[in-house]
Amino acid sequence: MSESPTHLRLELRAISKRYPGTLANDRVDLRIAPGEIHALLGENGAGKSTLMKIIYGVTRPDSGQLLWQGVPVQVADPAQARGLGIGMVFQHFSLFETLTVAQNIALALGRAAGSAKQLAPRIREVSQRYGMSLEPERLVHSLSIGERQRVEIVRCLMQDIKLLILDEPTSVLTPQEVEQLFVTLRTLADEGCSILFISHKLNEVRALCHSATVLRAGRVSGACVPAECSDLQLARLMVGDAEGLDASYPKRAGGLPRLRVDDLSWRNQDTFGTSFEHLRLEVRSGEIVGIAGVAGNGQDELLALLSGETRLHASERERISLDNQPMANLHPDARRALGLAFVPAERLGHGAVPDLSLADNALLTAFQQGLVERGLIRSGKVLALAEQIIQRFAVKTPGAQATARSLSGGNLQKFILGREILQNPRLLVAAHPTWGVDVGAAAAIHRALIALRDAGAAILVISEDLDELLQISDRIGALCSGRLSPLKATADTHSVEVGSWMAGQFDTAQAAI
Amino acid sequence: MLLSLEPRTQQSRAMLVLSPLLAGLLTLVSGAILFSALGHDPLLTLHTLLIEPVSDLYGLSELLLKALPILLCALGLAVAYQARIWNIGAEGQLLIGALAGSALAIHIIDWESRWALLWVLLAGSLAGALWGALAAWLRTHFNANEILTTIMLNYIALNLLLYCVHGPLKDPEGFSFPQSAMFGDASRLPALFEDGRVHVGLYFVLLALVAVWVLLHKSFLGFQIKVLGLDQRAAGFVGFREKRLVWLALLISGGLAGLAGVSEVSGPIGQLVPQVSPGYGYAAITVAFLGRLNPLGILVAGLLMALLYLGGENAQMSLNLPQALTGLFQGMMLFYLLACDVLILYRPRLTLNWRRRAPVAAAASA
Repeated sequence: MSESPTHLRLELRAISKRYPGTLANDRVDLRIAPGEIHALLGENGAGKSTLMKIIYGVTRPDSGQLLWQGVPVQVADPAQARGLGIGMVFQHFSLFETLTVAQNIALALGRAAGSAKQLAPRIREVSQRYGMSLEPERLVHSLSIGERQRVEIVRCLMQDIKLLILDEPTSVLTPQEVEQLFVTLRTLADEGCSILFISHKLNEVRALCHSATVLRAGRVSGACVPAECSDLQLARLMVGDAEGLDASYPKRAGGLPRLRVDDLSWRNQDTFGTSFEHLRLEVRSGEIVGIAGVAGNGQDELLALLSGETRLHASERERISLDNQPMANLHPDARRALGLAFVPAERLGHGAVPDLSLADNALLTAFQQGLVERGLIRSGKVLALAEQIIQRFAVKTPGAQATARSLSGGNLQKFILGREILQNPRLLVAAHPTWGVDVGAAAAIHRALIALRDAGAAILVISEDLDELLQISDRIGALCSGRLSPLKATADTHSVEVGSWMAGQFDTAQAAI
Repeated sequence: MLLSLEPRTQQSRAMLVLSPLLAGLLTLVSGAILFSALGHDPLLTLHTLLIEPVSDLYGLSELLLKALPILLCALGLAVAYQARIWNIGAEGQLLIGALAGSALAIHIIDWESRWALLWVLLAGSLAGALWGALAAWLRTHFNANEILTTIMLNYIALNLLLYCVHGPLKDPEGFSFPQSAMFGDASRLPALFEDGRVHVGLYFVLLALVAVWVLLHKSFLGFQIKVLGLDQRAAGFVGFREKRLVWLALLISGGLAGLAGVSEVSGPIGQLVPQVSPGYGYAAITVAFLGRLNPLGILVAGLLMALLYLGGENAQMSLNLPQALTGLFQGMMLFYLLACDVLILYRPRLTLNWRRRAPVAAAASA
């Protein structure tokens, strides 16, 4: 950027932050000019989140200086950061689920929100202007992950914003939506707003960002202009060695049908939710089926129907079957007994209990694997299992007694996936398996899924990351408004075709198998 | 000067243990200050309150006797609270237990067999469990908040007991006093020693202590209860049955409270009277939290609470201090504990000046 240093929007000088046991940030420098889109790259645990929290006033640095528009400041709390014109969209959203979209936004804006009557049209106007349609009256708990992110972004845009920080914003969007978001962000940047963009998707960083700072183990390992670097160069800066980052896996045809969803019709009680009509789906042993789709098109509902959190009446139990065993009416534990394993979309609070140890979290879903005897927990076995997961899947943690909450997203995901895989499932259903996970951990997760497939398991992956699905799945389809497109061998299709399915351009009559 | 709290990155294990001790110390200091303000010698008063009651064997026996119903109730509450089921109804469940046990006992006064005692205890425990089950039914069928329903059921239980003791269960030869006939010897809990009033109900407490410890810390059922309390969504995800666990937790805590109630009437009292409980069921709530829902912690907290009851009576007799003292100390204890618990997740930090925000104004205007 051409501006002289005194006109920088934000400058960090030698920021350091120490947590017990780790140096999260080690003399980090960062400079962002007005109107600049700046990428912050790094593996999980590299210190990106800490740095962002320091800028946003959530935590304070131990040493170093933060200059806002050339003036040294100490940002004491997020309210003050917002006062300065800093907005942030967290990876884990900070929304009140029991309130409406408008109420959530009103809370963040404080007095500036005005009355409810004034606010709703403003939300509609801002969300329309930036191409992110939102219904102000909807309750947040009924929104999908992708829609919640829109609320977060719109909430920032409602204020007079000078610096927008986005943590992994594209992980839940379709290629078209990502493009839309990028248009929004470029417009914002042209209006003079600076953007700090955190992502693991290197091609996106290259397409969008003017400059990049790469962190590794708390330190700046390099700064570059992403447009002039290859994915491999960027990845090397992040992880050091770039092996397996652009792996391609051989495709398989699959054997006998294992999971069968047969003419499933289900009416959602939630007026804003998705219902299904005559849904058919088949996953065979030894294959990975990928289902793409924009958030909120029935993924959550389908996942709940498969896991057993939503159950059908016993008279309809044949609608979902595993190895010809009807299970649509069974509770989750009974389905697990049939050989189902499940990785839900949300790691904390759904797939794992945040305040329990990893050992207890291993017991959580593996309790049918001989870990309970006459009603008592065999704690030695539980511990051994947890340690086996940690070792086999290279989970970085002080030990099996660490709480799930203390692990980074990628590490916890490796643990949850490992927990399910070690149960030797006949069918694994995984939702967004690498959402918000860094490049290294994502490659490890992909390899584990492929190995499980090659061992003969049937795998269903529901993800909003199309690149990932094309990379790992043998057959692929897409969900749109509760309708499932035909599944096609991945080798015979391409992202444009799947993208059109995601937009609903397919014929349901032929949609089957 | 400004005292601020900083979140810790993880729970402080030291504070987990220190917090109750600190709370106890603060309670003592506040008590001493209060006594001197009232014109009493603080040390002497504290001695009368806390040491004198247990300075002989009889005193110790009285302490155990008082602790008995509190501990039974608190152990049951610990099970419910682990599942985040806020049963405030131990008092009502205790009263119903006493009422049902008495109703049976006065009909079998003539029995000589020891079976009489067993049936009386069983009737009391089942009635307590039933009273808990009412709250479970209201919650699982109508999603009625158990805090409200259990409190309301407490009043229903109390009035039911008062009605019975003034009416159908009143001793016809009792000169119209509101009390039942004395139970037969066969349905009385025998004393442990000759000199003290403490009875074999103490074994129930020990049994419950071990059972609840095994349930909460060793059994898979306890694990399910814990997961339900921490994370309802994860519990549903793996197929733990929420409704079944709610029933179970309320049945266990109701049953233990009922046992506490029937042990009172068939133990030291020997008949049904209007004042079966001076609020044992409510004291048990404090005890359960003071003991961190851990059976051993509850044992210590329960003994302490019993001591406060005894000390309150003692101070009333020998120093003419009001009985309300017991409630005051209980309240201070819980209050300080909750305050000290903040330190488990937060680190206190003293800031010596207010200049922190000054540079921001400069930045904003720039």
